[in-house]
Amino acid sequence: MPDVTSVVFVGVGGQGTILVTSIFSLGLVAAGYDVKTSEIHGLSQRGGSVNAHVRFGRKVHSPIVGDGGADVLVAFEVVEALRGLPFLKPGGRLIVNNLEIAPSPVLTGRMKYPKGVIQLLSSKVDTTVVNAHDIAMGLGNVRVMNLVLLGTLVEAIGLGNIAWGAIIASTVKKDLVDINIAAFKAGRRTIAHHHQAA
Amino acid sequence: MIGLMSGNEAVALGAVEAGLSYASGYPGTPSTEILERLAEFGNDVIAEWAPNEKVALECAIGASIAGGRALAAMKMVGVNVAADPLFSVAYSGVNGGLVLVSGDDPGLHSSQNEQDNRYYAPFAKVPMLEPSDSQEAHDMARAAFAISETYDAPVLLRLTTRVCHSKSLVVTGDREKTVRRPYARNVAKYGLVPGNARALRANLELKMKRLAEFAEKTDLNRVEWNGRTLGVIASGMGYQYARELFGEQASYLKLGFTHPLPVGLIRAFAARVEKLYVIEELGPYLEDQVRLLGIACIGKDQIPPMYELNPSILSKSLLSKAAPTVECDITAAPPRPPVLCAGCPHRGFFVELGKIARRQKTMIAGDIGCYALGLAPPLEAQDLLICMGAAPSVGHGAQRVFDKFAEGTRVVATFGDSTFFHTGIASLLNLVYNNSNVIVCILDNRITAMTGQQDNPGTGVTLQGAPTKEANIEAVVRGLGIDHVRVVNPMDLREVRQALKWAFALNTPSVIVTKWPCVLKALHGTEKAKYAHKYRNVAVRDGTCNGCRTCLRIGCPAISFDADRERASIDQTICVGCEVCSQVCGSDAIVTGELAHA
Repeated sequence: MPDVTSVVFVGVGGQGTILVTSIFSLGLVAAGYDVKTSEIHGLSQRGGSVNAHVRFGRKVHSPIVGDGGADVLVAFEVVEALRGLPFLKPGGRLIVNNLEIAPSPVLTGRMKYPKGVIQLLSSKVDTTVVNAHDIAMGLGNVRVMNLVLLGTLVEAIGLGNIAWGAIIASTVKKDLVDINIAAFKAGRRTIAHHHQAA
Repeated sequence: MIGLMSGNEAVALGAVEAGLSYASGYPGTPSTEILERLAEFGNDVIAEWAPNEKVALECAIGASIAGGRALAAMKMVGVNVAADPLFSVAYSGVNGGLVLVSGDDPGLHSSQNEQDNRYYAPFAKVPMLEPSDSQEAHDMARAAFAISETYDAPVLLRLTTRVCHSKSLVVTGDREKTVRRPYARNVAKYGLVPGNARALRANLELKMKRLAEFAEKTDLNRVEWNGRTLGVIASGMGYQYARELFGEQASYLKLGFTHPLPVGLIRAFAARVEKLYVIEELGPYLEDQVRLLGIACIGKDQIPPMYELNPSILSKSLLSKAAPTVECDITAAPPRPPVLCAGCPHRGFFVELGKIARRQKTMIAGDIGCYALGLAPPLEAQDLLICMGAAPSVGHGAQRVFDKFAEGTRVVATFGDSTFFHTGIASLLNLVYNNSNVIVCILDNRITAMTGQQDNPGTGVTLQGAPTKEANIEAVVRGLGIDHVRVVNPMDLREVRQALKWAFALNTPSVIVTKWPCVLKALHGTEKAKYAHKYRNVAVRDGTCNGCRTCLRIGCPAISFDADRERASIDQTICVGCEVCSQVCGSDAIVTGELAHA
């Protein structure tokens, strides 16, 4: 890992990137890192493309990265992975949720949702595909797919030793703690499977 | 205490530590959370939403004159609205410390323009602070009150989106005892009649001189010395991006107190380095001053004067070194513009208004808020958007010209409850006074929605949760002299259609109030009964959709079209059951409460 590690989360407004950014950064603070995060509020949240940045290390200056600045790109949606790809450094790692959400030009039939995006991405960068949507559905709440992806991220960058359970418990609503922790753990297991398969 | 917090939270905490008594603001991205955080301090701090930014600053000025430490917070375009009291209070000065927080939005993430509010500081002649992370936001908010009282001047605390909404570690401090300076009548200071203002004008120059001396010695401006090869003068986020790019290869003159500028420090720093960069976001505010001193530097000749910067952009513009990226054609990604939420009460109204606009010559003036999303396809039920509260007045001017040239175009003005209270009331009064026939539609969704559900004078609740009188929009409109007023439920398309037909037939000003709460609003007690819609999922009944695509024209994120099967379908995880789609469907294919959908 470099002196400062940069993670960019991309997705669709309303998918829960802000909650994940929050849990992830609190864990990093607990582990003693200097941390900066950045996200966008307001108009862009209404179902549009969103991105959030988390940077951590010994000393962090900029809260955001530009093109070619991210060590890891976590995409909550397939087309957003493609749109967000310029953030990633060559040699960086992509974690992508195997979920397609049609943007409005596709919903109204003016454009087509592109095919073969995951294959394209996999041919360009080290890609981990996570069926976070299905896993979350299996757990009984589709909304916790964000925690599945966080679990995958944490495992992918080797930060499993932080007390994530306690941080999740202190962040989400009380009646949703168990399911969020279950989603997080399921996300961690996906990466173990990924490595075994490879 | 040490914790991760946003710049906005940090400003709130810093102000409270400084003994803040009173704060007012108007919600606006990226500044909104400052007041929301202050509101959590309960009885210790009075925190209020004002109907607009001018009112907010005026209230803070009053609180300051009465001897309390006071703050007003707003987004950068709000400072334009508040500019009138700002320029005056620069003359009168303060009693209790007074801080104006401006949240600028480089990159126009959520704004109609990209103005650089640093220029207000020399224009209004007020001192300015520019933090570059949450710790500085906290420390500078705290310091601003002391500067304000010491120099008898309101202080502009200028943030940007990446300061407001980035989180970084903050060490907080102890709270000072909230003190109130005594108030004494002082007409020569607070009564800005020309005779007094003329004397205050001269005094203002003396204040600026003393502040310029302060700028030279305050530790808000500091030098980080790493050798003479390369020097960087920077402020705000520009400093962080420069640090990221040059690390310890450069020396820095990091400016936190940026009006008046420390001319001596700048000269001395420039003289010690061989090559000088001035790195700042947006305009050449620092750079112009550096050049006026006769100092050569590299700045906006290479760094973009617009949009946000980041380390990659700086690297490309200053070192001609673009960060390598993964080679891949990403043009296949379809755009994903923001859309009105599923269940948004604006949708039904725009569906009907859009139909009229397609049938007859119509101009639709829009305004600032979620309903701005009505501009985009497929709704296309707005033609323009200029600034907050402007829809009726821009619409009136347009109608006048259309009528003068017998053009036959009818103007409709659409805006919201919060924009009506903001500055829309005066725009509406103008229609009455000048015998206009503009059709005004107030889309009252019972909340200030776009900025994240803030209460306003129409909701019956204050920022700190106290119940209050609910402003009656219909009564206000009638009180202004508009006789033709209808209140409709925008979820009922027939009602909307009839109201629009009625308004188009009139030749005097008319107002249609569409009253239904934002789908994201947590309804309070009486609202639950008042807006009791049974939200049940709707679905496309098997074998009934004829593939006409009419339902796609309402722009609902839950509805998609399966081109292979030639039928529409509704995503049950997104649909909230507003039933607008089933009202537009011509073949009764969309049904409520029946999950017949495959």
